[in-house]
Amino acid sequence: MRVRDLDVKDITEAVRELCITANYDLPRDVYDALVAACAAEESPVGREVLEQLVENADIAARDRVPICQDTGFAVVFAEVGQDVHLVGGTLADAVDEGVRRGYGDGYLRKSVAQEPAHARRNTKDNTPAILHTTLVPGDKVRLTMMAKGGGAENMSSLNMLKPSQGWAGMSQAVVDTVSRAGSNPCPPVIIGVGIGGTIDEVTLLAKKALLRDVGSTHPEARVAAMEDELLERINALGIGPQGLGGRTTALDVFIEEMPSHIASMPMAVNVQCHAQRHKTVEL
Amino acid sequence: MAAKKIRTPLTDDVVRGLRAGDAVEITGVVYQARDAAHKRLVALIDAGEDLPFELQGAVVYYMGPSPAKPGNVIGSAGPTTSGRMDAYAPLLMRRGLKGMIGKGLRTAEVKQAMQDETAVYFAATGGAGALLAQRIVGNEVIAYPELGAEAIARLEVKDFPAIVVNDCHGGDLYEEGRARYAKAE
Repeated sequence: MRVRDLDVKDITEAVRELCITANYDLPRDVYDALVAACAAEESPVGREVLEQLVENADIAARDRVPICQDTGFAVVFAEVGQDVHLVGGTLADAVDEGVRRGYGDGYLRKSVAQEPAHARRNTKDNTPAILHTTLVPGDKVRLTMMAKGGGAENMSSLNMLKPSQGWAGMSQAVVDTVSRAGSNPCPPVIIGVGIGGTIDEVTLLAKKALLRDVGSTHPEARVAAMEDELLERINALGIGPQGLGGRTTALDVFIEEMPSHIASMPMAVNVQCHAQRHKTVEL
Repeated sequence: MAAKKIRTPLTDDVVRGLRAGDAVEITGVVYQARDAAHKRLVALIDAGEDLPFELQGAVVYYMGPSPAKPGNVIGSAGPTTSGRMDAYAPLLMRRGLKGMIGKGLRTAEVKQAMQDETAVYFAATGGAGALLAQRIVGNEVIAYPELGAEAIARLEVKDFPAIVVNDCHGGDLYEEGRARYAKAE
């Protein structure tokens, strides 16, 4: 078995670039969804908000400035091929160094505070990153950077439901989370739902669900139908763009599912604002 | 939607003339302040000390910008979630604060204080920081530079677009707008 050497300097450089471009360039799928929502929205004030968001994305891409001043906690998913040998340092240090350089060089806001319950001192370089590493077949490293803003993250929920509550109870808990959040998470939102596993895994599933393209359909028809039902119910709430009233409360709902303990029915909702900033690169 | 043009500092007359749902364009000085700055402002009031800016008629903008690129007045500069400042807002209104710009829900206590003290809450579009920055023409940090993005800055805005969410008459666009478009399950 041949092992491929990969210098962690390449990872640092890639993460630096991902942090900057993810924050300047709204992904095409999200942009197209906002344009489509402008045409479909019935509320005049809602339409005006959506038009501002499209114009804002245009300005950010053209002037190379952040889409939103909350340039987020840097969440990095590293899928490391098991035939890769990382040399020159540790993966975690390389990712943090990439975040440090990207947030510095890109004029991105540093939004990480240490000692959250007391001093809340800014770390001044947006580190540490949140790093999720998985081993995958092959000799490549795939890096995905998500800039996760605080306002929407704050509206997320973990729900340890009883199996007897079934899908009726679970779907209601998703809708309730979005309803309670109202205008706070900068709607139109994108909703990631994790189902099953343990408390750590279910929240990770909800976050991973947010990496899907807006408008994409889940490969499993049963899950796709659950997503469609939730999207329809959420958009019936009337919250609308920025919570000012309207039909476009969510652009999409994505579900990731895994088995649960026989005693448990965990469900997590990760709320994402319309500025759904993420980008992937393969090394 | 034709926007009402208003200037800061705000007078009670101007505030009384604003209704939930009105689009406005704000020109004049607004003060950038978010979580850490509010904590310090309230501590100063509690200690009986002077504040770094005149509260009477003032408008605060709940915002912490991204760093300005060379040659730019400010970085991206959209509103943050206002609810985190709810604990501090009623006291500031009692001391003369007339306007707040942010996004998201306020507590009943804050809304009541707006009626009692004749103050108004505007929403700017969250996540439109690149666009809103173009309406900010002056930017000077006046207190707590060590707080970085959480410092207090005196911002000069020109035709800054916002919508009245809570007026001083009890109007609430978040409630009214949502009720208008909600479908029964």
